[in-house]
Amino acid sequence: MDTVDARFKWLEANGEAQYIADRHYDGLLEGRFYRSTCSRGYIKAVNVPELPDGYYLFSAKDVPGTNRLPIVVPDWPAFADTEVRYIGQVILLLVGPDPLVLEQLLTQVSVEYEPLTPAYTVAQSKALVDGAIHNQDNLFDAHQIDKGDIEAGFAQAVTIFEETVTTGYQEHLYLETQGCVGYVADSKVVIEGSMQCPWYVYHCMSTVLGHQHIRVIQAPTGGGFGGKEDYPNIIAGPLAVAVNQLRQPIRVVLERREDIAFTSKRHPVEFHYRTGVDKHGQIVAMDIKFDLNSGAYFSLSGIVLQRAITTATNVYDIANVRIQGQAWCTNTVPTGAFRGFGSPQTCFCIESHMNHIAQQLGQAPLAFKQAHLLTNQSTTLTGASIFGELVITDLIEQSVSASQYLAKRAAYAAQSSQGAYRKGIGISIFQHGCGFAGDLEDTLVKAKVRLIKDQNEQVTILVSNTDIGQGLVLTFRQIVADTLALPLSQVDISVVDTDSVPDSGPTVASRSIVIVGYILEQAALALKQQWQVGEYQEIEQDYQKPSYHQWDQINYQGNAYQSTSYGVNVVEVEVDMASYEVKINDAWGCYDIGHVINEQIFNGQIDGGMVQALGYGAMEKLELNGEGVFAQKSMADYMVPTSLDVPRIQRSLVDNPYPYGPQGAKGGGELTHNGAASAFVAAVEQAVGQAFNRIPVTPEVIAQTLTNEPQANIKRIDVAEVTNEN
Amino acid sequence: MKIEFTLNQQPIAVDVDPMQTLLMTLRQDCGLTASKEGCNEGECGACSVLVNGQLVNACLLPIAQVSGNHVQTLEGLRQTEKGQCVINALLEAKGVQCGFCSPGMVLALYVLLEQHPQPTEQQVRTALSGNLCRCTGYSMIVDAAFIAATKGAGLW
Ligand code: FES
Ligand code: FES
Repeated sequence: MDTVDARFKWLEANGEAQYIADRHYDGLLEGRFYRSTCSRGYIKAVNVPELPDGYYLFSAKDVPGTNRLPIVVPDWPAFADTEVRYIGQVILLLVGPDPLVLEQLLTQVSVEYEPLTPAYTVAQSKALVDGAIHNQDNLFDAHQIDKGDIEAGFAQAVTIFEETVTTGYQEHLYLETQGCVGYVADSKVVIEGSMQCPWYVYHCMSTVLGHQHIRVIQAPTGGGFGGKEDYPNIIAGPLAVAVNQLRQPIRVVLERREDIAFTSKRHPVEFHYRTGVDKHGQIVAMDIKFDLNSGAYFSLSGIVLQRAITTATNVYDIANVRIQGQAWCTNTVPTGAFRGFGSPQTCFCIESHMNHIAQQLGQAPLAFKQAHLLTNQSTTLTGASIFGELVITDLIEQSVSASQYLAKRAAYAAQSSQGAYRKGIGISIFQHGCGFAGDLEDTLVKAKVRLIKDQNEQVTILVSNTDIGQGLVLTFRQIVADTLALPLSQVDISVVDTDSVPDSGPTVASRSIVIVGYILEQAALALKQQWQVGEYQEIEQDYQKPSYHQWDQINYQGNAYQSTSYGVNVVEVEVDMASYEVKINDAWGCYDIGHVINEQIFNGQIDGGMVQALGYGAMEKLELNGEGVFAQKSMADYMVPTSLDVPRIQRSLVDNPYPYGPQGAKGGGELTHNGAASAFVAAVEQAVGQAFNRIPVTPEVIAQTLTNEPQANIKRIDVAEVTNEN
Repeated sequence: MKIEFTLNQQPIAVDVDPMQTLLMTLRQDCGLTASKEGCNEGECGACSVLVNGQLVNACLLPIAQVSGNHVQTLEGLRQTEKGQCVINALLEAKGVQCGFCSPGMVLALYVLLEQHPQPTEQQVRTALSGNLCRCTGYSMIVDAAFIAATKGAGLW
């Protein structure tokens, strides 16, 4: 059986793949958005110049259907109508043949606002100055989980640690900016574009247009990482309105600066921990509170919140826990999906907190973590038993031996504090729940796949999951070909086009392999049984929830995810003590993703995910300025790793087949982003002998921490006399 | 303004604003879309082309400065044995994920191998450092350089 396909990505490598900006359309017009320049206020008047012939303008008044995009809840207007909630919100779409004329016309538009006091931070959101932006209290969503008895847990504590750990915004910086083209074909309004979830775009278009003569086709997509989950809707909504009316092809492709400034970002988060440790050095209680800055519209924040809450204790078995998470509305760019979806934030914060407690207790961080690991007998944070075998200890063993972690950790602890260069090594342990949260695969998504076999015995896969670089189309073909015992060349996959593919759900949440791949495997098995030589055959298969999977979406009880993947990262650094430049000398990633289907493809995910996470921890600074917009405006300001900034990643796997995944596979695409930031920071902490409680840890941050008062952030309260030995 | 240059070994003349970039000229006026626009301000390398054999960001170069020079894009390079050697190596190494950086990467690898037929890891990483890739974490693209060096032995 073939396992490699030399033609895979051949068009891309030869420069022949037609991304959306590469495509030719006869009579193509260009579209440009006029965006709000006011963070918060009411629109009093919109003044537009006289338009030359062939130029058109679209606004909320032109929406034939409903001017609210149904992302999760229908709150984000296609065009701002009465109010604006952030700088960059779309108010108008200008359309015409010449981009230069469009740019000029944009400068002649003016909007009069009645401004209100904006809220950019969670604290400002809570303060409700000039009233609430959203509902009565600016609170988009809030949940709480209680496990065990938090008060009884703290009663056993001899020491309590309080710490706040925060993570910043992160920009996807997919190399291809967002873009779509709309046109009319066969009386349907068609949108083609760079996107992860064509059926999401379909539903948004049908809402704004009020009809279903629509069609959505994915173009080759130059990276997504979650960033092309919600934002293509924001482009396609207004664009569909214009195309529906003009019946001419129109293209909207964002400029890089526009993309950085206004598309969705990773949620910044602030975790507050209060952790009780008993006289044996064991954590007996954890009280966790965190706030998410969701930006101006709810978008995907509810699901990010759910993931951050249900995985808040990461891979640790803590008897008594209370977690309260809240998502707040602010007058900033809406935050959305980014690889990991709340988990990179959670994993960084808890791993850092665990490291800092260990330091305070005079224990080695790894040993301290090992003393708290989940085991096969554990009950999860959400009250479920562990399904399948946990191999976290194998992951740790493999990582420690590959990296020589213990020996290096000891050697670097003994290095001179006066050296011009100082080394450090750090380790992180983490998890990622695969698929939609809880049992939403069953109650909400209800994925469906189709296989077609033609008279020439050629099989075609029809699914709505998109290849945005992660190599999905090859892995899908491999699953079906292996099941049918066919050569790879006999299995094709259809372009994702809502006219032909069923809705197998969005390309998000590390669900494509474990959920959709498994349904495909089932469909291929069914086809194999019914195979009739020379006949055209069609097989449809629906998702079925495994019987062990129980979930209560109201109380967050049960299996928080259908399956969970695990990983361990080790990062080794060397810090120049004069400039505080950090060189990442080595990085190891060891993973349990069940059984890997195509190791080379997954290795690409390990490399890419870990390098993004190293960027997240070390250099990717994105901050709001006083006007509620990002201070970093271009690729020169927002820095991501280059080939010189990162080492070769040393990768390994522990095989642990999952019975409800294709060939035993679980999800893995997001997992790879969850751990490296924390391992990096732990390494820098060892090197410079200071704790950090926020990322990114840039040379400036190190310099500040070492030269100013060190931020003794973790607060230690000894309560031995009060509660112990009674 | 009429500007003449050599494009992929063929003489060509375009009549455009002299300040228009080479990238825009290639993509819009010449219909060559292998060179991508990732930032349009010289930061990402997606628009990489060769001008007189040197790797340049086509988004920074006004077309007037190209007058009389030799421009090679991936459309030209992929027709050559060396070009195909690099492309095949990149595919074999699985150094293409979303593919948006790939045309620029192919050109950067080609220039590297022309200069260093047996490059070290550091030479490869330095040669690629002007080309951003957000998907691969670079190692597999680095591997492609070694594969192309080995498989293309005698070519370089
Ligand atoms: S498009 Fe030219 S360097 Fe980015
Ligand atoms: S493969 Fe996507 S940017 Fe390089």
